[in-house]
Amino acid sequence: MTAIINISLKNGVLDSQGKAVHHALDSLHFENVEDVRVGRQVVMKLSQTDEAKAREEVTQMCEDLLANTVIEDYEIEIVK
Amino acid sequence: MKVGIVQFPGTNCEYDTQYAFEKLGAETSILWHQETSVADDLDLIVIAGGFSYGDYLRSGAIASKSPIMKAVKAHAESGKKVLGICNGFQVLTETHMLPGALKRNEHLHFISKHHHLKVANNDNKFLSKFENADVVNIPIAHHDGNFFIDADGLKELYANDQVLLQYCDENGDVTNPNGSVDSIAGICNKEKNVFGLMPHPERAMEEILGSADGIKMLEGLM
Repeated sequence: MTAIINISLKNGVLDSQGKAVHHALDSLHFENVEDVRVGRQVVMKLSQTDEAKAREEVTQMCEDLLANTVIEDYEIEIVK
Repeated sequence: MKVGIVQFPGTNCEYDTQYAFEKLGAETSILWHQETSVADDLDLIVIAGGFSYGDYLRSGAIASKSPIMKAVKAHAESGKKVLGICNGFQVLTETHMLPGALKRNEHLHFISKHHHLKVANNDNKFLSKFENADVVNIPIAHHDGNFFIDADGLKELYANDQVLLQYCDENGDVTNPNGSVDSIAGICNKEKNVFGLMPHPERAMEEILGSADGIKMLEGLM
């Protein structure tokens, strides 16, 4: 089982990297971009076969280490 | 006065910090991050600056989970002092021993230069040698020094006199080099025994190197 975790800054926390990328896209004349957020993706292989348990475990990993919940949100996708 | 200085893989200010505290007359030791306990007679633990674990994941995140941090927490909970400088400040926010978080600098640059700081509150050991609104000149050297805290957290910081230092110009007018909320450069915990700041007082110990303003700061902890 694989877990894909996307971590990004919370709404309301200024994403300087997203803003810089947005400016760079503007300078390349990609004019339809309304907002850019830059995040981090963690992909892990798990030996756990129970999806609910895997999700629970990965949630704990996010809370304990992978995300800083003061400034970041995370989304977990479990793929079989 | 006994000072322990924590060393993680990637720490690079531990020997400057050792020099600074020995100059002030302290007995110092380096504490390796795998240690699970620290000596009972340590008065102060300093988490020195650098790039622990190469800033992987987030600055200070991996270091905050290392064995020694449990001992550092226990040391603080017994009422003894902890100081985090630069990466050490990041480690202290990651362990939640200090509130808030340090984000990437607003303009994404690594900033390395002398910067003026204003004493926001001297009602604590660390800044006890200063008057409020005193201006000091201390080097900063960081990529992730953009202090963030939400509105409620900020209110609480001010209510409890936890805001220690703000970035300013030489006249004491507040400026903002890195995007920090309210230009905050350093804070302490509610109990006022855990201190964190992005600037490097240990690099401001000799006039010949540009500033000796760090002496008065670190002396407060002695």
